[in-house]
Amino acid sequence: MIWNEKCECMPVEERKELQLERLKATVENVFFNVPHYRKAMQYAGVEPDDIQTLEDIRKLPFTVKDDLRDNYPYGMLAVPLSEIVRIHSSSGTTGKPTVVGYTRNDINNWAELMARSLVSGGATRNDVIHNAYGYGLFTGGLGIHHGAERLGASVIPISGGNTKRQVMIMRDFGSTVLTCTPSYALVIAETMEEMGISKDEMKLKHGIFGAEPWSENMRLEIEKKLGISAVDIYGLSEVLGPGVAIECQCKNGLHVQEDHFIIEVIDPDTGEPVPEGEKGEIVFTSLMKEGLPIIRYRTRDIASIITGSCPCGRTSVRMSRVSGRTDDMLIIRGVNIFPSQVESILLDIGQAEPHYLLVVDRVNNLDVLTVKVEVSESLFAFDEVRRLEQLGKDISAALQSGLGISVKVQLVEPKTLERSEGKAKRVVDNRKF
Amino acid sequence: MQVNQISVFLENKSGRLAAVTKLLQRYNVNIRALSIADTSDFGILRLIVDQPQLAFNALKSEGFSVSMTEVIGVEMPDRPGGLAGVLEILEKYEFNIEYLYAFIGKADDKALVICRVERVEDAVKCLEDNGITVLTGEKLYEL
Repeated sequence: MIWNEKCECMPVEERKELQLERLKATVENVFFNVPHYRKAMQYAGVEPDDIQTLEDIRKLPFTVKDDLRDNYPYGMLAVPLSEIVRIHSSSGTTGKPTVVGYTRNDINNWAELMARSLVSGGATRNDVIHNAYGYGLFTGGLGIHHGAERLGASVIPISGGNTKRQVMIMRDFGSTVLTCTPSYALVIAETMEEMGISKDEMKLKHGIFGAEPWSENMRLEIEKKLGISAVDIYGLSEVLGPGVAIECQCKNGLHVQEDHFIIEVIDPDTGEPVPEGEKGEIVFTSLMKEGLPIIRYRTRDIASIITGSCPCGRTSVRMSRVSGRTDDMLIIRGVNIFPSQVESILLDIGQAEPHYLLVVDRVNNLDVLTVKVEVSESLFAFDEVRRLEQLGKDISAALQSGLGISVKVQLVEPKTLERSEGKAKRVVDNRKF
Repeated sequence: MQVNQISVFLENKSGRLAAVTKLLQRYNVNIRALSIADTSDFGILRLIVDQPQLAFNALKSEGFSVSMTEVIGVEMPDRPGGLAGVLEILEKYEFNIEYLYAFIGKADDKALVICRVERVEDAVKCLEDNGITVLTGEKLYEL
């Protein structure tokens, strides 16, 4: 099924014309309405009139997360705050989070893109959509929610947590579509087993999972355990939120919503485009955003572009699953975590020059973050076990409140964590994607 | 006058205790008493040695997290009720005991216990006022 055949199955050449027209308008808009873009373009020696073909996009400067942070909170908005009807935010790293504002039209377009995505994932207006993405500043919950309402499905805004209750509601309310992170889908499957509830008692048919990297094996496991067809959804708040790209039932790459975004794949070191079909950092430019238009946003996500027509009938290019990151960001249970956040929290606790290591494991399909902290002289100023245990608990509590996920802290001896020349090794990721 | 105890933070993994003892051997430091407090992840090794400052410096220079703590060496008759008598006094005067452990070497018919309390000075005075012998560091290291 296709929600918007006109847009999703548009002839490629026609869409390119549309993209160019919208790109020109977007560039002109940011040049005149967002000081950051005007400065960046002037610095790069490019003016709105220089954009005459789609390839001219390469003349434009990249935008990075730090640009959003430097203009915290509202500096990147292209409209007055009075036009903004919704504000979301992505997790901060060492300091400020990034703020994303949406106009009424933005919310409207987002609902459209999410309705397309849900239909692509197999949902119809007759479905009961169990939305276990977090509701709040995170874009997942409300993004899916509005798409489900636009579609006309019945949406259960359950948000995350309390899995046993979720399972009961899924069964009793007859949920037919599940939306959450892929790891949480497996937690739900396991909780069903624990509760002695078989998938046959459920009415689930489809799942739309994203916000963290997952593998083909994980897809097969989710599909088997829940008895559903599962697709991958991609998005990030700086660009929109969920709904930037979505898999169809062919499950061979995610269709990029090209009438709203231009995707590029670049070599992260040179910034030049990679040869067609090769892996690189994916970069998005928004074409319809009013509140926070974004030009050549470097996602730090690594993927490739799949060309050629898709049997589903959608004509847009597809991107592969995200296979990694170009920076040291970790996505743990859908939450973005940078090692530098851990460092600043340890500094706050009063540990000078903290030596630490983040170890991520996937235990029973749930990501577990362990932070190993070296017990320095300054920390070991006493010799009672209970005070050391308390120290471990205090660090754990501080990390949990700062990062937003639970953290296991392991105290280790000084100089036992690896130090490499220059930059210390801060992350060991034992998960297999 | 009090006894200086060396405490070392150790991860709960094989070879760590051996590393400490080997280091002390190299510096010709003799261990007089020891105890280990452990959890599933880590332990604290507590040592009474004949040369505390030397041991402290040696361990520190080798990168161990080490601290020096004041403890009390208490002497008592080596017979049933010996320790009970001492603890009774400490309890009566409300000295909270963090931990204690027995001393390996002993003098004739006496037993020795290393005891960590808060308010060390007060505890020593209290014990002595009640007729208990408290050993000085110098004496204990040489036993």
